[in-house]
Amino acid sequence: MTIADRAKPQDPELALIAPSGGFNKFVRKNSGAANLIRQAALVPVLIIVLIVGALASPFFFTVDNIAGVSQQISALAVTVVGESLILLIGGMDLSLESTYGLAPMVAAWMILPIADDGNGWLLSPFLGIVILLAVGAAVGLLNGFLIVKARLNGFIVTLGMTIVLAGMQNGIVKAQTLFNLPPAFVWLGSADVGVVPVSAIAAAIVFIVIGLFLRYHRVGRAIYAVGGNPDAARAAGIRVDRVKIGVYVAGSMLAALGGLMEAGRVSAVTGTQGYGEGIIFTVFAAAVIGGVSLKGGRGNMVGAASGVILLGLVQNILDLANVSNYWIEAIDGVVILFALVLARVIGGKESAE
Amino acid sequence: MTQLFTVEAKGIEKSFGSTKALRGVDLHIDAGQCLGLVGRNGAGKSTLVSILSGLSKPDAGEVFFHGEPAPSLRDVDGWRKQIATVFQHSKVVPQLSVTENVFLGSPAVRRGAVDWRQMREATRKIIDEWNFDISVTARCETLTVEQLQIVEIVRALATGAQCILLDEPTSALERRAVDRLFERVNQLVKNGVAVLYISHHLEEVFDICSDVTVLRDGEVVVNSPIADIDKDQMVAAMVGELPATANVTDELGVLLQREKAGNGEVVREGLVVEDLRVTSSRGDVIGVSLTVKPGECVGVTGLLGAGVATLGRAVAGSQKFDGGTVTLNGRSLASGRRDLSLRDGVGYIPENRQLEGFVAHLGVGENVTMTITDRLARRFGLMRPRRRDEAAVALTEALSVISSGMRQPVGELSGGNQQKVTVARSLMSNPSLIVAVTPTRGVDVASKSLLLQSLIEASRSTGAALLICSDELDDLVDCDRIIVLFHGSIYYEFSSSPFDREALIAATEGISLSDRTAS
Repeated sequence: MTIADRAKPQDPELALIAPSGGFNKFVRKNSGAANLIRQAALVPVLIIVLIVGALASPFFFTVDNIAGVSQQISALAVTVVGESLILLIGGMDLSLESTYGLAPMVAAWMILPIADDGNGWLLSPFLGIVILLAVGAAVGLLNGFLIVKARLNGFIVTLGMTIVLAGMQNGIVKAQTLFNLPPAFVWLGSADVGVVPVSAIAAAIVFIVIGLFLRYHRVGRAIYAVGGNPDAARAAGIRVDRVKIGVYVAGSMLAALGGLMEAGRVSAVTGTQGYGEGIIFTVFAAAVIGGVSLKGGRGNMVGAASGVILLGLVQNILDLANVSNYWIEAIDGVVILFALVLARVIGGKESAE
Repeated sequence: MTQLFTVEAKGIEKSFGSTKALRGVDLHIDAGQCLGLVGRNGAGKSTLVSILSGLSKPDAGEVFFHGEPAPSLRDVDGWRKQIATVFQHSKVVPQLSVTENVFLGSPAVRRGAVDWRQMREATRKIIDEWNFDISVTARCETLTVEQLQIVEIVRALATGAQCILLDEPTSALERRAVDRLFERVNQLVKNGVAVLYISHHLEEVFDICSDVTVLRDGEVVVNSPIADIDKDQMVAAMVGELPATANVTDELGVLLQREKAGNGEVVREGLVVEDLRVTSSRGDVIGVSLTVKPGECVGVTGLLGAGVATLGRAVAGSQKFDGGTVTLNGRSLASGRRDLSLRDGVGYIPENRQLEGFVAHLGVGENVTMTITDRLARRFGLMRPRRRDEAAVALTEALSVISSGMRQPVGELSGGNQQKVTVARSLMSNPSLIVAVTPTRGVDVASKSLLLQSLIEASRSTGAALLICSDELDDLVDCDRIIVLFHGSIYYEFSSSPFDREALIAATEGISLSDRTAS
């Protein structure tokens, strides 16, 4: 490229801002190293947690335990990916935790016979999984429409939606827990390939695919532009509303997928899955600890993944260390708050806000 | 015994990382003096303002008030008693009343409670004394930009500050408001207040300043009474050696022509706007019809609120219109659909670059190519960041954007360079029509002419129609025609350059000068 190789005209500002000559630096990856450091900010913390874990229990570093942890956190991890996408466009979705419970409940209800508290349609489990994703998509579409098109506040819309969906989750099955799920339905959450849980592989694939999508796909880049400055994105011809609604749909579908994994892991869909367990705080915490900004436009999947792993390991260590069941939630909460502070210290001003 | 200046800065140095923003700046303002501070974007003006306002600490050097060393940065009240700054972007809390804003942060207190009556009276006294015209109980969100500035000036006077810094005070004011501001500044100066006036508009500096200091690359290059310097000398001092603007735009023309040729589409009919009607809080447009032929440059101007910006936004697809048609090359453009307008060949430089021009934390390359992701994407919509940056290099260089690389966040660039990024973004898509709304706002003299010449060159070399909507007459000097809007309708059309500046101004005010234009 001849133009790029030519020297710059003698602009006085150049000497001030870019003291070192030639023009080929225009394609230099100058902020690559800095980005990597920021993305890897949680690695030292993870190492410390691993050391603490090893000290806390000899069982910590066994294959069984690590496999168990990875299976436990994969459902949450997939939901965190969904929330991170929504945070990236500058939105927020509290109702993911209810979608995480309602979607598998509706699917299981349509699969199971009346004797098992199903509705007796006896759908195939594969069709059930399609229904599950459709429930996620429908919830996301409704949220997206209310927030983007009707211009309602995202916080209050999704808070209301959370309660509606959780109510439906119990309402359709009269607050029963659904057992006897068919093998195909629980496979994703319970099967193993060798020692590796299928759900962990699935979660890893979700992280990698979404991570690459965000980095290399034009719509992925549009998500960053929309979250960073929606007006600038609109002026540049990006269909801001469509991107936003699409992300709400994708986020809810990922939450539904997470719900499927969780149902498979425990071989049941309970009335408390999701909203009853209050997973949304952990979902937000993992994303924010991983450097996804609540203001939109900043963050990536490497960070979100390390946030999830960090919280999963801490939870595991607390379990292994025989912390009193009465206190485990309080300690968990304190650890999350501490991790938020730490993420802020490491990641600098732009993180954890 | 040396003279005791109201404000004196000695040997101020300040660095940000490896960039030296100020290199030993000396500056002093005396009571009853209005000192103009000028310099290009990135010359160090903002850094100096923040140091003089007590917002940041110099690496070396000291600030003196009346010969005494300045209080520490923690002593906010101490600083405010000495010097008060009216910033470019208003620092007024819109939800609070005028009184509350005047006493913001240091309310008058009596017996442990806020003393409303005393605060209101003190505010009213200042407002009366200076013949300002605002109510002390008005909520600031109901005030105009001009009135907000008055609130900030009153705030400065209330603290008893002997020095007022005005940072780009006219950037959001219409012409008559500027005149009134100048009257007030003159009044302040006459009463012994020291004023530091920072502006990109050199005419303003000549109008009201008694002395001028020119900054370049963090150094004072000129410090002189205004009477001893003319405009050309001042520009020369600001710019140093003039960059080769002509060459740059030639290069741009060649580059765009090649791109356009590769794209194959030929501009045929240009832009036709018929009976356009738009409702907007920025000023309605009421039945405007105009045409811009391929390669032609048409300017639209008028007072703030006359519908100039609204017209630009509507034509660009950034604003819904109520009626009428916008046709480009025979194809009718959708109303309020920026994405469709872009596809149909409309490049758009929005009015406010901070709000709409770029995504601050994304890199130069990504911002510039934001309009052409459909072209850059390969299979499955995937794009390589490197390819994206390479696509942006040629155009950013042709516009002489100064950055440390294609990955540098645009938010870190100086204002002029940010605007060049916005212009590059709009030219990137090989538009058949370029709509530029106030394309040089807040941009320094040298970048200003480069931006305007680039736009005209882009239009001439590719045959794109160019529509410049601006209330700054300097933006329109090189246009082929100028259309003046008054209350949303076309008031007058000036169809041949050179344009009579006074007749233009009169037309924006709705005064007919038909006898003059005839001559």
